[in-house]
Amino acid sequence: MVIDYVGVKEINGSLLVMDGIKGVSFEEIVDIRLENGTIRQGRVVQIDGERIVIQVFEGTKSIGLKGTKARLTGRPMEMPLSPEIIGRVLNGAGKPIDGLGDIFPVKRANINGTPINPVSRVYPKNYINTGISTIDTLMTLIRGQKLPIFSGSGMKHNELAVQIVRQAKISGANNKNFGIVFAAMGVKNDVAEYFRRSFEESGVLQRVVMLLNLSNDPIIERTLTPRCALTIAEYLAFELDMHILVIMTDMTSYAEALREFSSSKGEIPGRKGYPGYLYSDLASLYERAGMIKGHSGSVTQIPILTMPNDDITHPVPDLTGYITEGQIVLDRSLQGQGLYPPVSVLPSLSRLMKDGIGEGFTRADHSPLANQLFASYAKVIDARSLASVIGEEELSPIDKKYLQFGKLFEEKFVNQGDENRTIEQSLDLGWKLLSTLPRAELDRVDDEILDKFYVSQEV
Amino acid sequence: MESNVIYGINGPVVTVKNATCFSMMEMVYVGEEKLVGEIIGINDGFTTVQVYEETTGLKPGDPVVGTGSPMNVLLGPGIIDNIFDGIERPLKEIEKESGAFISRGSSVSSLDPEKKWNVTLKVRLGDKLKGGDIYATLPETPIIEHRLMVPPAISGTVVEIAPDGEYKIFDTVAKLRDDKGNVHDLSLCQKWPIRTPRPVKERLSATVPLITGQRVIDTLFPVSKGGTAAIPGGFGTGKTMTQHQLAKWCDADIIVYVGCGERGNEMSQVLDEFSELIDPKSNRPMTDRTVLIANTSNMPVAAREASIYTGLTLAEYYRDMGYHVAIMADSTSRWAEALREISGRLEEMPAEEGFPAYLPSRLSEFYERAGRANVLCGAEGSVTIIGAVSPQGSDFSEPVTQNTKRFTRCFWALDKALAYARHYPAINWIDSYSEYFTDLDPWFEKNQGKEFIKYRNKISYLLQEESRLMEIVKLIGSDVLPDDQKLVIETCRVIRVGFLQQNAFHADDTFVPLEKQKLMMKTILHLHKKAQKIISNAVPISQIIKLGLFDKLTKMKYDIPNNRLDMFDEYIKEIDEKLNSIE
Repeated sequence: MVIDYVGVKEINGSLLVMDGIKGVSFEEIVDIRLENGTIRQGRVVQIDGERIVIQVFEGTKSIGLKGTKARLTGRPMEMPLSPEIIGRVLNGAGKPIDGLGDIFPVKRANINGTPINPVSRVYPKNYINTGISTIDTLMTLIRGQKLPIFSGSGMKHNELAVQIVRQAKISGANNKNFGIVFAAMGVKNDVAEYFRRSFEESGVLQRVVMLLNLSNDPIIERTLTPRCALTIAEYLAFELDMHILVIMTDMTSYAEALREFSSSKGEIPGRKGYPGYLYSDLASLYERAGMIKGHSGSVTQIPILTMPNDDITHPVPDLTGYITEGQIVLDRSLQGQGLYPPVSVLPSLSRLMKDGIGEGFTRADHSPLANQLFASYAKVIDARSLASVIGEEELSPIDKKYLQFGKLFEEKFVNQGDENRTIEQSLDLGWKLLSTLPRAELDRVDDEILDKFYVSQEV
Repeated sequence: MESNVIYGINGPVVTVKNATCFSMMEMVYVGEEKLVGEIIGINDGFTTVQVYEETTGLKPGDPVVGTGSPMNVLLGPGIIDNIFDGIERPLKEIEKESGAFISRGSSVSSLDPEKKWNVTLKVRLGDKLKGGDIYATLPETPIIEHRLMVPPAISGTVVEIAPDGEYKIFDTVAKLRDDKGNVHDLSLCQKWPIRTPRPVKERLSATVPLITGQRVIDTLFPVSKGGTAAIPGGFGTGKTMTQHQLAKWCDADIIVYVGCGERGNEMSQVLDEFSELIDPKSNRPMTDRTVLIANTSNMPVAAREASIYTGLTLAEYYRDMGYHVAIMADSTSRWAEALREISGRLEEMPAEEGFPAYLPSRLSEFYERAGRANVLCGAEGSVTIIGAVSPQGSDFSEPVTQNTKRFTRCFWALDKALAYARHYPAINWIDSYSEYFTDLDPWFEKNQGKEFIKYRNKISYLLQEESRLMEIVKLIGSDVLPDDQKLVIETCRVIRVGFLQQNAFHADDTFVPLEKQKLMMKTILHLHKKAQKIISNAVPISQIIKLGLFDKLTKMKYDIPNNRLDMFDEYIKEIDEKLNSIE
């Protein structure tokens, strides 16, 4: 028996309060029929006896107290899934918008997913060659990892993400099984178009699922977009055994949508007005990356987030950094010097890299080289701050060497443009640069490795 | 029997109207799927339940059934080498039941009810037993003997006893008759509410250090067995790595590792690594002495709150058998945030940064459960708590870090700048502190000699001095310093790189015995003292540096294997010879 309920009591932001509703379950999807016949979808977010609060995905515009009817669907929010979903373009709530008709579902899955049992996880060790020196050498991306890009407005994070997709694809051993899920949350139309065009140019478009919630699309839909995207990714990875790279941009817009929803619900705000559960909420997305036993597929995530005012301690990058396995931080001053990709090396990190590099993966000298580059570059920063106080002329000879090393490192190693470098090229370049420093300064490396790779300049 | 049904639902918080039969903190089953929950509020009309699983799909009118007892865990053999979620459900069994993704309402038993244990009875008919007395033992793993204890509240005379042999955990192996004539069955397991500390006979003072093999901790900021330590640090500063190192190498008998709201991949790494690693003392895999509690950040938030208490209760249970237990909680900030999240759902008045006003009292209750004690069975045991703190925005002034600082006695502050330079462990030697020095000094004096303390104080003095000098260097460069101050900076470079920095991936350097730590300090200070004397004779420092001794000492952590401590004599000899040559 299908019942159409009337009785909207209150409308507040995207929330609709209704009374007298029986038999409703928590997080159930509700179809809302407006007076003019259009249908919108909403989700039950709170129940107090017969009074329920519905979150309307497309917004409450032109919904009135009278004439609005609600119908319970009896199901939580589900995503229709089938292998045909690859190559499709969907809106932020997972509905096709490319004019190719509905997706004929092979199965349906709850978009909230269920947590992966920690004992069923496979610890990720297989590294992804991105062809970018800084990332491959110093913050290696691992299959099954979640490695966000921390950026700011106007920086080249989109270009970097596209380059990773393009070059990672080429190096992948089994190309057939490679796929991309792209979730745009509150991005500009141009940006979405840029991604589409880049996917096309690099020939991967037919392996991409795009979910677009553009900046003028409803905010509440935005809170669903990453969940739909990850549900698709999990299906492709763990049922069709594909290697899926999920790009989610921009997580800051997502968090803002969550804040807007939370404040209209009247919840007690935490830091900067974001809801207290922001950490749990972000974790429920990021933790859906990984690999599980018995399946050869993987979900790798590259969330992109713009740090408001380039502030890494802002709640969104801060909480993200606590959940993800490292981060790639972009730096405005490097970009200002015309260097691309403007990866700020010191605050960037990959937590999973230590087990995915070295003998048998990349090269035995990889780990000591990376440590030494980090340590030496940290000294460059010290020398620079000293130079800004006492002037470059007054520096000790060794500090001057460091300044020179820093300049070379940024221009040759960090800066690489569109070039696709193999891991050997990147590592050799690293050694070449380190060799401009006196050998005694390289205190993170065993003598045995130094003998092999240190090329003395003084000869 | 009164039947209670759901009235309202808001996230993990469920309300029941007009219920009278529940008591505070009682464990309940919610809905048709029997989701586990706990009563957290009772007022005139409504009872509030926090549910430990996803509440999607619950309906008003679904049943809420009380269990009559508070949230408790099952204690018995089979805990070690296991991995549980926040409310002691075995994740391996759940995997068998529901596959790689965790389903709701799982009803598997915490401990394997079918497994047989080889039990040896330790009491005879007519023996008088009181709470905590050991009545039987069994080998739980090849290195841990599980001692079965009379539950603390029970005492009496043994009236029935089974022969030695193989038993399952719910089998009765003995019966006790108490003063009132009631007979109690003693099986291989007992239950204990997680929020109640288990009783001990008397608490002892903190006079024995927990040896970790990590130089910066053992020498500069030692923690005692039964002590408390906090590791605060922003993301990427190596909190988890430090916790892992401690879990692997510290000299506790049993490790309880609580992954509270942390990464799933990290937990699988712990699982992988611990089963491969061999404990040097027993030659057995680390898992033979480890209990893991994994409540990753995407698992339900209420269970995250409970996971800390579950871990503590398991730790206390083994302490009561007379073991030294160390519990690593990674991270307590996630636990505090779980408190905040639930408090927000209850619409409680928030205090600082949205955290509930009872945050400090909860934190102090937690850390006070640590301690070294004479336990009820007469032996000595301890629970050491090492809690990681993840301050928001790496800002140590936030409420969780500040309150933790009040209730712990060791503070190992992780420093972003050190981590950026890949100086691990990134424990900042200026901001960190340990209050255990005075308690532990007698132990160090007895076991490592007075000079250990002398060396430590000297090293710590030099580092303070260096930090002061670096302020000047930052302003005007190091060239203008007089040679004796340059020497301090040079020596401290050796201390920092050669001593404080420790490579967790190096076979010898990952764990360093106290004896070697002492000799390393001795050698560095010997060089410093000698060089100081030469400089006072107006020999320029550049001449000393040219000898390469400082660089050699920087690498001695790798060059001298842990079992070749005699090599230090050669080093000292070499220092003397080379320095004498330029004097």
